[in-house]
Amino acid sequence: MNPSLSRSVAIVGVAESDLGKVPGKSALELQGQAALLALADAGLKLADVDGVFAHTDDRFSSLQVSEFLGLRPRFVDSTNVGGMSNLLHVQRAMAAIAAGMCEVALITYGSTQLSDGSRKGGAVAADLPHTPRGQFILPYGHLSPIGYYAMVAQLHMHRYGTTPHDLAEVAVAARRWAQLNPKAYRREPTSLDEVMASPLVAEPLRQRDCCLVTDGGGAMVVVSAERARDLRQPPVYVLGAAETHAHHYTPFNTGDWLDTGVAPTAEAAFAMAGVTREDIDVVQIYDHFTIGVIQSLEELGFCKRGEGGAFVADGALAPGGRLPVNTSGGGLSYGHPGMFGMFVAIEAVRQLRGECGERQVPDARLALCHAPGLVFSCNTTLILGV
Amino acid sequence: MPEPQRPLPQPTDLTRPYWEAAAMGELHLQRCGACGRWQFYPRPFCLACESGELHWQRASGLGKVYTYTVNHRAPNPFMKARLPYVVAIVELDEGPRLMANVLGATSADMAIGRRVQITFEPVADGLALPQCSLLADGAAA
Ligand SMILES: [Zn+2]
Repeated sequence: MNPSLSRSVAIVGVAESDLGKVPGKSALELQGQAALLALADAGLKLADVDGVFAHTDDRFSSLQVSEFLGLRPRFVDSTNVGGMSNLLHVQRAMAAIAAGMCEVALITYGSTQLSDGSRKGGAVAADLPHTPRGQFILPYGHLSPIGYYAMVAQLHMHRYGTTPHDLAEVAVAARRWAQLNPKAYRREPTSLDEVMASPLVAEPLRQRDCCLVTDGGGAMVVVSAERARDLRQPPVYVLGAAETHAHHYTPFNTGDWLDTGVAPTAEAAFAMAGVTREDIDVVQIYDHFTIGVIQSLEELGFCKRGEGGAFVADGALAPGGRLPVNTSGGGLSYGHPGMFGMFVAIEAVRQLRGECGERQVPDARLALCHAPGLVFSCNTTLILGV
Repeated sequence: MPEPQRPLPQPTDLTRPYWEAAAMGELHLQRCGACGRWQFYPRPFCLACESGELHWQRASGLGKVYTYTVNHRAPNPFMKARLPYVVAIVELDEGPRLMANVLGATSADMAIGRRVQITFEPVADGLALPQCSLLADGAAA
């Protein structure tokens, strides 16, 4: 994005809905619940909202949410590029606010994938047999997304000697953070041995290398930096933002599968923000699978390529470790309602506001959020700061 | 009890030559007349040079395992009966990569770099899936 837009908007309200197993509520209702809480957090009212950015597993999300909340927005966006969509919506909100198309942007997400059982077996809805995916992927019984990450893990192990123990370190660090987060879904202690003894799903990935399956919703409110000054919460500014897109589940033409497009995305976000990796206090990475965190840390530049396994060893990502990563407990332990991008940003905002209690990273001033979408089809990086 | 249905491809005009060749036990891929590159999956133009001058040509059917996984869970009842099974990304000697099951292989047989041969698994009337099998060890590239 144009560097002149750095610090032009702030995230001023964040909230999650009920999280975990939430039977009896629809994804839309969870979005509504989160939206009202996020607006209250910001000190704004529904009547202030004039931009709606939403996605769900369903269609026409921004219109569904607008109607449900009684809004009459003048700008909407339902772009769905998988798990990173809400981070992308922050960028869309920046652009829309800069262009004068809206002033108060409400971003929502919700899913009832646990109660629906809609993620069972890794199948994704709307797989039509004449699409590239329908013709060249689905007949082979490939699990998605886990099968792709399993293939990346296999390649990482082959090339760099990464081990299942390294992968397990990521899951254990996430659980240790979750133990400090009252809102996390899984908080009981776990060990490297327990993770490594969990059943194989797609070799080399095991059940505990995978994110949770939960219900839940989330919402954020984005306004101009100017407007943010008089609101209830200290503004969390968007310093840098970038996105890149390449695939739709069919990465046949990709060069190196360990070079998934994170690096150029992060580079652009850092350039816009005018900060470096050394400046970052807290990192939130979409952790659908343990290998994804190792891979992202390398591509984001927090360690050298191939050294991700060593980098995460000995609790380096856990509380008290050298780099605080996924301080909510992440998708691996906090919760994972369908797509996690929203929750990556919510936790970053809370850390920067200093409201994380026991899990608070001291003096957190700068946070990096990263999420891919549809396996390694696309990427978004946001750099947030106070 | 009826046998569970496998998800099957539905060819389009663009991809039909691939599937028709597969049904006859041959791997045919698009090749660019302008730059000479092979490509998969089919497009109406060359991804490398944007030329529209694409021809279907028979490929060697040889390649190596770029990466793979062994499934212990299946996305549908048909594949469940085959567990555990191998899903691989095969890098063909011509360059393009495609997905296939490594038929008859176990986890212990598999390694990145192992040489494979494309085979064909009949799945319906007039429809066969390109699959692959491991070539004798020592052929690892
Ligand atoms: Zn060409």
